[in-house]
Amino acid sequence: MRRVAVVATAQTDLTSGDSEVGTPERAFEVSRAAVEASGLDRGEIAVTLSASSDMLEGRSFNFVHGLEALGTWPPVHESHVEMDGAWAAYAAWVKLLTGEFDSALVVAWGKTSEGSLPAVLNTQLDPFVLAPLGLDHVTTAALQADAYLARTGVGMDALDAVAERSAAAGAANLRLSRMDPPREDGPAASPLWRRHLPREADGACAIVLAAEGTAERLCERPAWIAGADHRTETGALGHRDLSRSPATELAATRARELAGWDDAAVDVAEIGASFAHQEPLLREALGLDAGADVNPSGGPMAADPLMSTGLIRLAEAASRVMAGTARRALAHASAGHALQQSMVWLLDGVAP
Amino acid sequence: MSRRVAVVGAGQTHHASKRLDVSLAGLAREAVARALEDAALEPADVDAVIVGTAPDFFEGVMQPEQWLAGALGGAGKPVLRVHTAGSVGGSTAVTAAALVASGLFERVLAVAFEKHSEGDALWGLSPRNPFGRAFGAGAGAFFAPHCRLYAERSGAPADIGPRIAVKARANGARNPHAHLRAPVTLDEVLASPMLWDPIRRLESCPTSDGAAALVFASEAVARGRRSVAWVRGAAAMAEATSFPGRDVLDPAAGRACARAVYRQAGVDAPRRDLDVAEIYEPFSWIDVLWYENLGLAGTDAGWRLLESGATELDGEIPVNPSGGVLSTNPIGASGLLRMLEAAEQVRGRCGGHQVDGARLALGHAYGGASNYFAMMAFGSEPA
Repeated sequence: MRRVAVVATAQTDLTSGDSEVGTPERAFEVSRAAVEASGLDRGEIAVTLSASSDMLEGRSFNFVHGLEALGTWPPVHESHVEMDGAWAAYAAWVKLLTGEFDSALVVAWGKTSEGSLPAVLNTQLDPFVLAPLGLDHVTTAALQADAYLARTGVGMDALDAVAERSAAAGAANLRLSRMDPPREDGPAASPLWRRHLPREADGACAIVLAAEGTAERLCERPAWIAGADHRTETGALGHRDLSRSPATELAATRARELAGWDDAAVDVAEIGASFAHQEPLLREALGLDAGADVNPSGGPMAADPLMSTGLIRLAEAASRVMAGTARRALAHASAGHALQQSMVWLLDGVAP
Repeated sequence: MSRRVAVVGAGQTHHASKRLDVSLAGLAREAVARALEDAALEPADVDAVIVGTAPDFFEGVMQPEQWLAGALGGAGKPVLRVHTAGSVGGSTAVTAAALVASGLFERVLAVAFEKHSEGDALWGLSPRNPFGRAFGAGAGAFFAPHCRLYAERSGAPADIGPRIAVKARANGARNPHAHLRAPVTLDEVLASPMLWDPIRRLESCPTSDGAAALVFASEAVARGRRSVAWVRGAAAMAEATSFPGRDVLDPAAGRACARAVYRQAGVDAPRRDLDVAEIYEPFSWIDVLWYENLGLAGTDAGWRLLESGATELDGEIPVNPSGGVLSTNPIGASGLLRMLEAAEQVRGRCGGHQVDGARLALGHAYGGASNYFAMMAFGSEPA
């Protein structure tokens, strides 16, 4: 496997509502910042991958408008995934693994404040069987929380502790300083209270990947991708064991195989736990030990800009490896209801 | 590409205006099942699934690959959803081939679908932009000025568009999978209502319910099989949508994408070296624009290539022997159908619309404001 690394990252401030700018402006801001941080000229980036969702933005072909912002003249090798940016990063990684390209720009944007998130995410469900029930991301997460608590005997106090730790980490994250204060607490969907929910956010993220030979030249300490994988579970909620995350377990196993890592030990893990119960659930699925610093950024509970939230996990983990504060890091991204899709990245400060 | 990649299975649905007999899941599954049967593989043999479909607003389901993961055989596997406007079916295939070429997986399924009857394509193609005027006219009204500009710039006679429609529908009549299988005469096309001048009703693509699937495999899997199509080149390119001086009739991204694929495939003179091309022509005149953009004809000479008969089924460089998008158009799948038809040509499996002795075929898709392109070359031999 060809060695590929994250060599630059950029994020916008995450806000509770970016009413004064459109998403192309945010995409421009982060793509330019990431390219500048990489030390490459825009014209030297070999391939570009973008990520966004039309339904979230409230208009079809939103990414066509975003394309303007990505520096796409003269023409570029480009593709777009209708998924979180972590999956665009995966598609970019694949392009570099083929040997055809040596560098990639990955850009993701999402503006949850454009509409009602429960209404939007209801349309993500099976339109015959599930969507008509009025389910949304909070109620499906609540079903999962119920199943998880029942299986494990974990108590609500553990979920409260996750929420408190996430809020404290988020308060220390300068990128979140423009977020509105948390909403008043209260019951959300049993057993979850509002303090256990992700805080909706707007924001964009970009990273630059480079292959061996280029990465060392651009970056003193590249965050090498030791392994990565993603998996999907069926869309039928009733056919899933919601108390676990089999997609995460499969992705982690495959990523470790690719990396040749014998154990799960990492210094830091940024994981796609949007709801409080998902943190212990994912710790178990990922086999994280107590030594891992989990979601030092505050994670999606502190700010959850859909479509870029997963790429932000990768950027946060990679930036710690690049800064030298972590040797090995794990990034996990999730998508869909109750963690239907999961992705795992294993990063190493020392070239594999 | 670092590893050789081949198409070892292909499947498409029966296409129609309204496939009321199946849900979206059933429609996509129909294509997947046929592709797997062709490849002599079970769903469990597939390592990863790449899904392509046009805007989620068409069917009203956000990221439908999540709902459809089970129907597509994707549960427990990587499922990646691509969306690059009209070129999406093409870029879905490009992405799937890259996944095999990367060495990560051995057998990757590319599947694309559209069920137009469950929504309103004209509405879905007419987004209201936050700071712009409502644009309620769909793709036909968007591309009609391109066609008018082309006719004026190139001096093409007014009947070029109608003649393209006649060619497409004559070929579609030979393709058992085509949505529109009735040939049309020049008089019938000319007499059909003008929708978006100069595009008449019979010069416009239908809206179809349909799906397509291809199985891409590594050389180790493909070796020894009787009928495979080798991926000889693949690229997906884009350029900014709108700026002064952009040539919308001959986009630089299309030229660059074709160059990239030709370089990989060892094509020096496309008209000579290619045996057949399947290109994305949702409206009649677009056909000859792409002849030029792909280097099959010189600038402003695409219509002459059409007039010469060279792009007919028995011509020097047959274009769209399947009947093309003008005969079948499930938008999200239309690009993948171009790749499928190109691959099937070099596998020699096209029956009534087979090009004799086709050994190197081009598949082409475009989208957006003619600023997204995805292309692949398929060969009967690996190189």
